[in-house]
Amino acid sequence: MGEELKVGCARPTGGPVGEKPEDQTEAKKGNIIVKEEKPMIHVGKKAPDFIAPAYHKGKFISVKLSEYLGKWVVLCFYPGDFTFV
Amino acid sequence: MSIDSIFVHKMWNDNELSKMVSGGVPFPMLSDAGGKVGTIYGVYDEDSGVETRGRFLIDPDGVIQGYEVLTPPVGRNVNETLRQIQAFQLVRESKGTEATPSGWRPGKMTLKPGPDLVGRVWEVWKTNMAFD
Repeated sequence: MGEELKVGCARPTGGPVGEKPEDQTEAKKGNIIVKEEKPMIHVGKKAPDFIAPAYHKGKFISVKLSEYLGKWVVLCFYPGDFTFV
Repeated sequence: MSIDSIFVHKMWNDNELSKMVSGGVPFPMLSDAGGKVGTIYGVYDEDSGVETRGRFLIDPDGVIQGYEVLTPPVGRNVNETLRQIQAFQLVRESKGTEATPSGWRPGKMTLKPGPDLVGRVWEVWKTNMAFD
């Protein structure tokens, strides 16, 4: 899972895992995305897909959530490194 | 996933976590500088600029089966997370024919929802089973 790093900042892809991102062309005005990113979390519904840089076993890689389709995933957020989890 | 950079993740893993867990953290440590991903998951706190203790269980189809979000001072119960995964896996393998009642752990009785069970749960499932 994940290839060696060629990724900028973490970012949502704009759609749920396993589906194409919504067409955002209408939502764009110049370079500014007008559309608000609101929480899309509901149990029983697909998780929002994203791409993020990661550190894994000595390497910097890029991780995309939808690459994990077919596996169970525990996605954990925490306030900061060097704190407990 | 946190707002720390992958470089800070590396320092934390190499200098501290690898002393707690042999071989270091086995899974990817994700970086979400700016909290863009945390925002769509509803766990990014703009006031403090960090992410709260959110934990999401995502099944092999990409469907969120459960989540828990805590404010920073209180840590999580990892065993409860593992128990929930085991319960969701059992339900999935049974194709929804079995359900895990309150207090279920691997090896304990499941329920088989259907017309015969309606109004008769009290006969097969006792309240103390939620706590033992």
